[in-house]
Amino acid sequence: MAQTVTESRWRARFSQLLLFLMLAIAWIFWSGVFKPIPLGLGVFSCVLTVYLARRMGYFDNQFFTLRFRPQLIGYLAWLTREVVLSSLDVARIVLDPRLPISPRVVELEATAQHPVDQVILGNSITLTPGTLTLDVHNGILKVHCLTEEGAQALMSGEMNRRVAALRGD
Amino acid sequence: MGVLLDAISWLLLSLGGVFVFIGGLGALRMPNLYTRMHAASLTDTMGAVLIIVGIMLQAGASLAAIKLFAILLFLLLTSPTASNALASAALLAGMRPGEARTEDEEPGK
Repeated sequence: MAQTVTESRWRARFSQLLLFLMLAIAWIFWSGVFKPIPLGLGVFSCVLTVYLARRMGYFDNQFFTLRFRPQLIGYLAWLTREVVLSSLDVARIVLDPRLPISPRVVELEATAQHPVDQVILGNSITLTPGTLTLDVHNGILKVHCLTEEGAQALMSGEMNRRVAALRGD
Repeated sequence: MGVLLDAISWLLLSLGGVFVFIGGLGALRMPNLYTRMHAASLTDTMGAVLIIVGIMLQAGASLAAIKLFAILLFLLLTSPTASNALASAALLAGMRPGEARTEDEEPGK
């Protein structure tokens, strides 16, 4: 038991060092300036980022590991279309003199079980104008909708289904 | 080619400006915090995307364009997170989202 604890701690140390190195390389690549003040700021930013990531528990569990999947591209294309369509909808509502809003809160049960997928779902909902994720708890998303039609579109569950399909295997 | 790119770029920048303006107008017209946030989200999705892609076309194929793309990516990842933190803080502070026409100034009603 003690063996595994030490081992996981060393793995966490290694991940922290790896993250720091990756951030440092990214900083040098982006800035290309080798004067003391920018480099000092870079070291400070990298250390701060690793510290914040550690406080968030990033290194304590593996489930934040990002995996790139080809399905993600299809999802992003679909999400872009949704964002454009609902932006036009919200713009039309704002410009309408009667301001035809019918705000309501709905609860949506996430089909996706994985925490990262639930975050993707919640952020996709917020990113789409007209729907706003208020809270995620035990896989239930509390969503504020600007219009009744928006709420119905959300509850029809297409976004929910598509996010769940991202982890298809 | 250069003229065409310029034209597309200006079109995107202007459209982005229009969306930012509508977002601002909506933030003023909506009755309470949550509905205002819906309008404001026009600014950080369509507004930001159109304007940054417009500037990318001005920058051409250069490191600046890659940096702008990175900014766009991080903006699209962080702005819903910030909205979520704001909405959740408002909910915790006791602002009821249910009532349709509640004014910000009258939290008791």
